[in-house]
Amino acid sequence: MSDFGWINGALTAARPQAVGALLRYFRNMDMAEEAYQEACLRALKSWPQNGPPRDPTAWLILVGRNAALDGARKHSRNTELPSDEAISDLDDVETPLAERLDGSQYRDDVLRLLFICCPPDLPATQQIALALRIVSGLTVSQIARAFLVSEAAMEQRITRAKARIANAQVPFETPGPVERAERLAAVAAMVYLIFNEGYSAGQDPARAPLCDEAIRLARLLLRLFQSEPEIMGLTALMLLQQARLAARFDGIGAAVLLDDQDRGLWNAKLIHEGLALIDKAIRHDRPGPYQIQAAIAATHARARTAAETDWAGIDNLYAALEQMQPSPVVTLNRAVATAKLKGPAAALAMIDPLERKLSGYFHYFGARGAFLLQLGRAPEARIAFDRAIALANTPAEASHIRQHLDRLMKDSEKTVS
Amino acid sequence: MLYAVICYNNEDIVWSWSKEEDAAVMSRLDVVHEKLVREGKLGPSLRLLPTTAATTLRGQDMVIDGPFAETKEQLLGFYVIDVADLDAALAVAKDLHAANPSSVYEIRPIALYVPEARANAPRARVKAY
Repeated sequence: MSDFGWINGALTAARPQAVGALLRYFRNMDMAEEAYQEACLRALKSWPQNGPPRDPTAWLILVGRNAALDGARKHSRNTELPSDEAISDLDDVETPLAERLDGSQYRDDVLRLLFICCPPDLPATQQIALALRIVSGLTVSQIARAFLVSEAAMEQRITRAKARIANAQVPFETPGPVERAERLAAVAAMVYLIFNEGYSAGQDPARAPLCDEAIRLARLLLRLFQSEPEIMGLTALMLLQQARLAARFDGIGAAVLLDDQDRGLWNAKLIHEGLALIDKAIRHDRPGPYQIQAAIAATHARARTAAETDWAGIDNLYAALEQMQPSPVVTLNRAVATAKLKGPAAALAMIDPLERKLSGYFHYFGARGAFLLQLGRAPEARIAFDRAIALANTPAEASHIRQHLDRLMKDSEKTVS
Repeated sequence: MLYAVICYNNEDIVWSWSKEEDAAVMSRLDVVHEKLVREGKLGPSLRLLPTTAATTLRGQDMVIDGPFAETKEQLLGFYVIDVADLDAALAVAKDLHAANPSSVYEIRPIALYVPEARANAPRARVKAY
């Protein structure tokens, strides 16, 4: 096999498991990363010649571990290294290692690696940067581009974050069920942060890979924790949101609201997978915030046209989410469903009390402006849209609001003349 | 002779393919598919969703999330082909492999083939996605 694309794919796919296992072995992040790096170099040399191993992950762990130990031995006593062929020929040892890897330890390795990246006192952006570097193996320059900062600044940020996790007490013993559930929840939240970082950036090609990366990590978690309905929900949620990517922006890059999107541009393959996962999750009868949000996204995905949307169903789902996870943003989203069911006046009454809490939130003023516009209160709508523009996070958001303002302007010209 | 040609691959990698990579492999495979259709050799063929979407029934009341077997390579899809013998089936598998080199193809003789019996059976490609 001389397919370097495949080898790179295999190395990327194996990374979380391999680095996780090496970390358990060395209990030191730098050593684990270096050992993995060395194993990758040897894989690039050995696999094209000898063919890929039956279990690339097991191969990388074993070769990485041996290489690091050899390195340590070489440092201390300058003894001779075994030849690469000897290391590459793993037929005898690979099988039992692979079997051991299939056990639960393997799963906890990946979970630990992700969990280490998201201590609650580390700012969200640093958690994301760390996970992208350590777990996903993105280069510092790729991450820097995604965060719109210089490579040097990102390097420094990651180094600082690494120093912080190195000093933290890293739990290496096998977690109990409660602890495992807590870690899984923290890790799921971080994966969704990675996704949102990419999703909110919209079309920016440097940040789009963050969404793919988050989905890849979620699929990995789902394979390791197959019966966790919230992980099914999280994966489904991201797949269903990502499915709309091609329809979310118009020709000039302005954001297009869900109602106005060309549903033919939605990615049916991702939708299909997302819906299948929700079906599985619902069977468990253990609802959670990710499942509910995924169910909302699924309701949109199932409607062939915006007019066919089951707004009553969506309103019920938001009501459930409000109970489970009360937040002004959830109420704001529910107001959109309320506007469809009971009209803009009811929706406006719902979001009026939120103004203080959401005074810095673009979507609050965007929605407020839209409701006011539907009520024919153009001057107030214009004020809301002006606030929204000032708070826009991306050019796409700003130009979407500007379209509203332009229309308002034209309408007022018409009434004047 | 009817054979099932069964495609295995590492779904972590395959389902992480970008849209472009996926489309490139599918269009290479389509060349093989079209040739088989012209030669009257191709029966039904399927591409499966990843095993994370699978559910397994073990016994009447034991529903388990996930696939039947946990392996490094997962079953991604299969073809039903109608060819003279194993050599001919292997030739088809080789063409498919050339179009999709990282996948492994298992050739399994089919013991019983029950043709499509639905009156409204689809005549064209049905894409679940």
